[in-house]
Amino acid sequence: MEIPYTVDTRADTGLNNVKLGIWLFLASEVMLFGGLFSSYVLLRVGAEPGTWPQGAEILSVPLATFNTVVLISSSMTMVMAWASLKLRDLFKYRLYMGATVALALIFLIVKVFEYADKFSHQLYPSESTFLGIYFLITGLHGLHIVGGVVVNSYFLLPGVKMWHTAPERFTNRIEAAGLYWHFVDLVWIFLFPVLYLL
Amino acid sequence: MSMDSAEDIKKHVTVYIMVFVALMVLTVITVSVASLSLAIPLAFALALVIATVKGSLVASCFMHLVSEKSPIYWTLMLTAVFFVALMFLPLLTMLDGIAR
Repeated sequence: MEIPYTVDTRADTGLNNVKLGIWLFLASEVMLFGGLFSSYVLLRVGAEPGTWPQGAEILSVPLATFNTVVLISSSMTMVMAWASLKLRDLFKYRLYMGATVALALIFLIVKVFEYADKFSHQLYPSESTFLGIYFLITGLHGLHIVGGVVVNSYFLLPGVKMWHTAPERFTNRIEAAGLYWHFVDLVWIFLFPVLYLL
Repeated sequence: MSMDSAEDIKKHVTVYIMVFVALMVLTVITVSVASLSLAIPLAFALALVIATVKGSLVASCFMHLVSEKSPIYWTLMLTAVFFVALMFLPLLTMLDGIAR
């Protein structure tokens, strides 16, 4: 059975199901990260005065700044991959999607170095409330990056076959993957100052 | 705003490039402000304002929220209500009389 409304818009919503589906998923993601941000506020406000460290005392601001630049750049290449499909330029799509995956991998490699540095100094999640919430939130965000790499790699390699049979449907898939990827970037835009700079 | 013609897409690409540059500049500003050693409440307010501007740019331009259909706006408004409720949840701890 064919999945309905992957390209055509529904009369009742004015949207195709791909777009409505991904936005409903992103709404649930807002609540997931919102719950963790709320926990951060509770833990920080409830900490004994003077016991909550400033992120920069423990974490590497230059590495996090570099990762911010990397993630914003990957958002740019992702939206350019989608725009290339809209312009019917598959070569440029491959180029931009390849760059998106490469930038995501760079982000993860930097994160691995950051974690390894913390562990080498015996700074584990159990060490303090700050490190507990830092590893939890950045770990969950990192898992989202891994998920994005898997999906985007699929669309870069085997999944691209759909372009030749159903180009509009494939373009909608890339738009949905892009919306997810921009959301992951958006979360980091808030995580960076809250965890590293304040 | 139509997104169908090649001309429209090319116009959007110009906007994407401008947004990308703005996001980079705002990242530099975020780090610079943090190095000023401001009082915590002011530093928090500034960092969150800059992050909100950056987030709005990503959501409105990269995620095309500036020209979406109403079901998506309604979904996000409902999400925003619950998100704000979540952010204010820690205040309830102040009503906890058992720990006092």
